[in-house]
Amino acid sequence: MKFAQRPPGESQVVWGGDVMLTIENLWVSIGEKKILKGIELAVGDEETHVLIGPNGAGKSCLAMTIMGIPVYTVDKGKLTFDNKDMTALPIHERAKLGIGLAFQNSPVIRGVKLRDIISLHTKKVDDILSKAYLNQEFGSRDINLGFSGGERKRSELAQLFAMKPKLLLLDEIDSGVDIESMELLGKETNSFLSGRSALIITHLGYILNYVRADKAHILLNGKIALSGKPEEILEKVKEKGFREV
Amino acid sequence: MSEWRDKAEKAREKIASLGADLDLSQYSREAKERERIPNLSRLPNDARKSATLVGVKDDEGFRCGTFFQLDHSVIFESVRRGFEGKVEIMSTKEALEKYDWVRDYWWRAVAVDTDKYTAHAEIDFDNGYFLRAFPGAKVTFPMQLCLFMSQNGISQNVHNLIIAEEGSDVQIITGCTSPGLGRGLHIGISEFFVKKNAKLTFTMIHRWAPGVDVRPRAVAIVEDNATFTNNYICLNPLRTLQLYPTAYCNGENSIANLNSILFGSGNSRMDVGGRVVLLGRNSRGHVVTRCVAKGKATIHARGQIIGQGEGRAHIDCRGLIADDANIYAIPMLDGLVKDCELSHEAAVGKIREEDLWYLMSRGLNEDEATSLIIKGYLDPGILGLPRELEDEVKGVAEMATGEAL
Repeated sequence: MKFAQRPPGESQVVWGGDVMLTIENLWVSIGEKKILKGIELAVGDEETHVLIGPNGAGKSCLAMTIMGIPVYTVDKGKLTFDNKDMTALPIHERAKLGIGLAFQNSPVIRGVKLRDIISLHTKKVDDILSKAYLNQEFGSRDINLGFSGGERKRSELAQLFAMKPKLLLLDEIDSGVDIESMELLGKETNSFLSGRSALIITHLGYILNYVRADKAHILLNGKIALSGKPEEILEKVKEKGFREV
Repeated sequence: MSEWRDKAEKAREKIASLGADLDLSQYSREAKERERIPNLSRLPNDARKSATLVGVKDDEGFRCGTFFQLDHSVIFESVRRGFEGKVEIMSTKEALEKYDWVRDYWWRAVAVDTDKYTAHAEIDFDNGYFLRAFPGAKVTFPMQLCLFMSQNGISQNVHNLIIAEEGSDVQIITGCTSPGLGRGLHIGISEFFVKKNAKLTFTMIHRWAPGVDVRPRAVAIVEDNATFTNNYICLNPLRTLQLYPTAYCNGENSIANLNSILFGSGNSRMDVGGRVVLLGRNSRGHVVTRCVAKGKATIHARGQIIGQGEGRAHIDCRGLIADDANIYAIPMLDGLVKDCELSHEAAVGKIREEDLWYLMSRGLNEDEATSLIIKGYLDPGILGLPRELEDEVKGVAEMATGEAL
């Protein structure tokens, strides 16, 4: 499936191909504050897209909105996943359709063990933990309680490995992770992405050293300002910064 | 015994300082006399099943001994082969007859005139268990005790005496239940003596019925280098419950852990506390409460540390509220000497939405996510039990929580 590079603001939706996720004219607010202002985006089957942008651009908001987190109010627009309109679906229905989100800031939930969540999807809990480079002992620990930044990210990935979603939303999975861990996790993530679609949100871009992306988008002020080949987009950002692209 | 009797008579109408006041004349003293049984497999099927739900195993597997009281009658008591000489189990009436020295412990930790319930337990005494771990006995298997109420409208007034002799190490699991009872009152006096270098872990699982009132009164005396752990689990609805177990850490390096796991549902009114009195040098205490209230339940979760000696202790109370329920967390720290170090943390509130959303993003619907959080909140993992017993208690707790949800 091909995406033409279009000027900002023009629809990037390509009709007729194998599209996993389609976002049309999406306007989202938190309370009174408008965050996303007319997002158009299509992620094809088995495609990996990267979303970059400065702090506060609305990157996490987009991921949370795709997941259906209620605090993000869809004022206008439509979300279609695997040919189903999911704009009004609750979170768990979206998860069941095949959307998996690695949260940027995952909560501490006392009493609920990582094992409890992984075992919702598979009996091979220890295998999943080791795939995410976590000791078995983490399975018996309360979700995120006392986890380091890197351990939280690994816990998020472990849960997604267990869920086997069709579309992964990885929100800043590379922040707070040391370089050695990133290399291991990056490789594991890259192989997991095979046969799946993904939207990877990254501020620092580390993960792109390990994960092959098909397309990159720059999000600025709630809009997609530029889309294109990842290497070209990143090069432009490196040269000019986000504001100048 | 007349001295105790006199004091009890004077306190016959003495209202307890906490909990709803009960009219004791409303409960019958006429309980059917029950015959002894040769083993627990002779219990009626439904009674056996009910006992299992409070951790009492009918095959006595992984147990060193058993005591079973049905209403006012002791119907079974035994120490398993291999554990004779390490522990002894009998009714307190038998113990008072067998050993003169038992009187030295009787009403020594709990004051007979504390309130009308202690007085009632003396005036209308319905047995209870006497447990003793012999000096130096390390007992790997727990003892199991069951106080079962089956006759509608009665009061069951037990007085228990638990002695961990010097250097002993013993686990006790006690299940109290009254399946299907319309009305009833359970009064349980428990006096614990944990002697030098001994370790006693007492885990009590209560599973009453929505019309039953419960008034335990428990005090422990903890000597040098001894550890007393009292775990209290009550996850099913009842009418009213009020208890405030107290541990006196008299000894140097003595430790008291008082843990409670409570699930108040329906119209249950639970008032549960834990008090540690630090007296010995370097004594330590922990009072931990995890409670969930839903429906129209009310829970008072109390904790008190009294620092009278050079020691340190902490109160940790967390409560989750759902529906129209209420939780009152009341931690109290009484620092009476400069060398004590006392602290507390308490948090009460509803389930956080972001936690629910997070679990829903893993495919659980809202009810399933709520249930997982509540079950996790009431996890017996906080009790510090050995793995096998913990697994058992978890199984029992999960079933009870599932029913209440």
